[in-house]
Amino acid sequence: MRWDIGQRKQFTRRALVLAGGKLLLVSGLVANLYKLQVVEASRYRILADDNRINIRLLPPERGPIVDRFGEGMAVNRQTYQLVLVSEQTDSVADTLERIGALVELSEHDIRWAIEETGRRDGFVPVTVREDLSWREVASIEVNLPELPGVLIEASQSRFYPYGALAAHVTGYVGAVSEAELTGDRLLELPGFRTGKNGVEKVFEKVLRGSAGLRNVEVNAYGRIIREISRVEGASGSELRLTIDMGLQAFAARRLRGQAGSIVAMDLLNGDVLTLVSSPGFDPNAFYYGLDGRDWRTLLNDPRAPLVNKAVAGQYPPGSIFKIVVALAALEEGIVTPGRTFHCPGHYTLGDHTFHCWSRWGHGDVGMVDALKRSCDVYFYEVARLLGIDRIAAMAERLGFGTATGVELTGERAGLVPTVAWKEAVHGEAWLGGETIISGIGQGYLLATPVQLAMVVARVGNGAVKVTPRLTRPAGAPDVPVFDPLGVASGPLDIVREGMVRVVNDPEGGTAYGARIGDEGMEMAGKTATAQVRRITKAEREAGLDDDDIPWNRRDHALFVAYAPLHAPRYACAVVIDHGGGGSTAAAPVARDVLREAQRRASVRWPAGADGGFDPVRNA
Amino acid sequence: MAVWRRHFGPDGPTVGRKLGDMSWGLVALVLLTAGLGFAMLYSAAGGDMRPWAMAQTIRFVLGLALMITIALVDIRLLHRVSYVAYGAALLLLVAVDLKGSIGMGAQRWIAIDLPGLRFQLQPSEIMKIALVLALARYFHGLPPERTGKWTGLLAPLALIAAPVALVLRQPDFGTAALIVAGGVAVMFLAGIALRWFAGGLAVALVSLPAVWVSLHGYQKERLLTFLDPSRDPLGAGWNITQSKIALGSGGVFGKGFLEGTQSHLHFLPERHTDFIFTMLAEELGMAGALLLILLYLSIVAYGFGVAVRSGSQFGRLLAMGVAFAFFLYVFVNIAMVTGLIPVVGVPLPLVSYGGTAMLTLMAGFGLLASVHVHRDVPVARQSGGGPL
Repeated sequence: MRWDIGQRKQFTRRALVLAGGKLLLVSGLVANLYKLQVVEASRYRILADDNRINIRLLPPERGPIVDRFGEGMAVNRQTYQLVLVSEQTDSVADTLERIGALVELSEHDIRWAIEETGRRDGFVPVTVREDLSWREVASIEVNLPELPGVLIEASQSRFYPYGALAAHVTGYVGAVSEAELTGDRLLELPGFRTGKNGVEKVFEKVLRGSAGLRNVEVNAYGRIIREISRVEGASGSELRLTIDMGLQAFAARRLRGQAGSIVAMDLLNGDVLTLVSSPGFDPNAFYYGLDGRDWRTLLNDPRAPLVNKAVAGQYPPGSIFKIVVALAALEEGIVTPGRTFHCPGHYTLGDHTFHCWSRWGHGDVGMVDALKRSCDVYFYEVARLLGIDRIAAMAERLGFGTATGVELTGERAGLVPTVAWKEAVHGEAWLGGETIISGIGQGYLLATPVQLAMVVARVGNGAVKVTPRLTRPAGAPDVPVFDPLGVASGPLDIVREGMVRVVNDPEGGTAYGARIGDEGMEMAGKTATAQVRRITKAEREAGLDDDDIPWNRRDHALFVAYAPLHAPRYACAVVIDHGGGGSTAAAPVARDVLREAQRRASVRWPAGADGGFDPVRNA
Repeated sequence: MAVWRRHFGPDGPTVGRKLGDMSWGLVALVLLTAGLGFAMLYSAAGGDMRPWAMAQTIRFVLGLALMITIALVDIRLLHRVSYVAYGAALLLLVAVDLKGSIGMGAQRWIAIDLPGLRFQLQPSEIMKIALVLALARYFHGLPPERTGKWTGLLAPLALIAAPVALVLRQPDFGTAALIVAGGVAVMFLAGIALRWFAGGLAVALVSLPAVWVSLHGYQKERLLTFLDPSRDPLGAGWNITQSKIALGSGGVFGKGFLEGTQSHLHFLPERHTDFIFTMLAEELGMAGALLLILLYLSIVAYGFGVAVRSGSQFGRLLAMGVAFAFFLYVFVNIAMVTGLIPVVGVPLPLVSYGGTAMLTLMAGFGLLASVHVHRDVPVARQSGGGPL
């Protein structure tokens, strides 16, 4: 048994060597742990946090748009989307088929969902359908156990409760376009929308608010496990408009079926109470994007529903412009109020004959009469005596030829021609005949409905430079102090007298049929029928009726007015595109709007009820 | 008893004495380590006994019974059945190989489906212990003068080569390497001349290109990814990168029990099996990792103590061989999850979730304990012919 002892010693030696080797290896492990967990721990801690923490933007809630009484014009509504998490389904196609049995899915929805789920990671929720009805939500919820991977998500969407009635004021929101991207990550959030039109666009910054930040813990698959911290963004501010939604709705309905505009404003402070462009469109339809066909239908409609004609429509002011010519003439002393001219029904300048709208003429007419009857010959003569540049100067003072600056998109400036203008733009000399027709607001002259409303407001308020506004800047006074126009009260009174008679004089007042009968609510106004084309001699002799002319070649019907007479408060301009005569088509609309405005004021605005818009104090 | 005496000589200690002399220290260390393992499996499930911690506890209790039972078996009987155990393990490996060539792809286990008992048997795990037994018996009977000669090397090399060849066919590169390492360690302890080791190393280096060619695509990929993790940042490299992030972010004292973000947010792969050490180190920090390593080292040291006190070469080689196999598991797993060696798929002993590994390990500890209990029982150099 000698070898037993030797073997034991050798074993112990080698076992110690082996143990030493093990200790060496373990030392290596420990050293490596030390390196990872102590030396580089902070680096790995950052990496671990990078792994698990994702920063997500929280889109701010868009500020609501309300009318002067706080009535919602653009609000946020909870909507429900159906989303699909493809990794939780066995087959996307099968699941879509099962969804299709419960809610309506178009071919396009299905194709898009299949493409999108194929393109993205399996855990990314893909929106299959938006704006589910409550019924659809319920039927999906009930069947969720058979619909793996299907989720109903709630989100906020923009809703315009009055739809088309105020579409041109509110505008609409839509998906962010490439051109709008500024590097702000908020704009790149899927589903984020910005104002595309109207006050939604003009006040985009106010309404948008600022994004919040959310730190969320995600797992290895990117799924959110919990929220770590959240910095709330700021919701967009509420935007209060000067619009009276009740009056707006009344006016919009009054214009239903016709193309045209109505602008009604407070002539003391400029508050736009109503701004209608007809036909309207449903701004809600733009939220999820119109399909190509609907879009083309809107775009190709000859009545241009997408154009806000109240600010972007430019019309010859027609006889409304006689107000300007009259004021200029009286101020320049070209005529006295009592000076009469004879109207035989036509007027000759050189070898050119200009017709009065009345074939038989008005006989001898003075200023007030000429306005009341809208005698063209009288103003041909006055215009000739004034010359175009003096007419243009008064027109510009009153507000023609420059945009009013009302807070809407697409406003146009209109046009007031002068000798220099024609020289510069057309390179031709001004013709005497062009002054003649400018005298009755035809020719090159163009004005927008909102300009017409502003002009009549300035006439009604005693000639101060009121400008229309849709919002009141914070801290702005109820009645801002406006510069005077510098028109003396004498001429102004004459013109106003003429306008009172237009409506209230049974003896030839062109809008007598559209007068307001209610005591204390009477209005003053001026009719206009703007020619779209020249009337040929043959037509004139045939006494052509409007009904025989295609719609888009008929005259525009215009009317401007202010009321009430004893203390003017409201101004209104109505334009009916191709509506025929101003007295028959436009004046009754203005009458109804002005009467409704006054009726609402007495009912709706007993002192203090309009949130600081106190009509008594303002008056 | 007469038969017993004829074959094994005088009686060993009585069962009562054996129980009293049992390696309770080893039992305690194993209990502590496994207990830490249960806690980690509980955490891996997000603070739930199911699906892992409870099942693992039941297996452990079974394993503990197995360990004590084996510890009571006379070392001479163990010596006697060594070759039989080795032969049985080899047969199981062949069975897996046949099953694998009939079925599809790699097969490493046999499904055992007895009434009331259902598990997956991994013969390669059993072989690790069986090989130690067989080699210990071989060298126990080998006179020292032959240990230095090359003739004495042929049999052990064949004993090692047979299972390695079968395991490589599975293919399981990691386990094959562990079997080789375990076998070579026993040969070293048995006193093989050192020059043979030098020679073996030289042969291994020369044959490296041949091995490379014979590797499967995914094995090559693993090796390459190990050498350059950025090769596959979302695949195999991802696993090891995430494991390092988990470890490193754990710091000295960890993120707290159940608080490991990497583990619980699924950044860490296989957190209940191969990568459980990472989870432990993330939640309990370097302190927890060192505690576990200390427990492992204590078990290995215990094995060393048992080995050097054993009266027989068989006992010494068996105890040390088992302890070394155990150590290899620990080292390879920890080295793998900390990015020191390629990912080879070796579980962390007593802690990783897994049935066969747990039972094999507990059987191994049973052998260790038996060597301890029977340290003074002489084992015959040449066993006579007999029924076993």
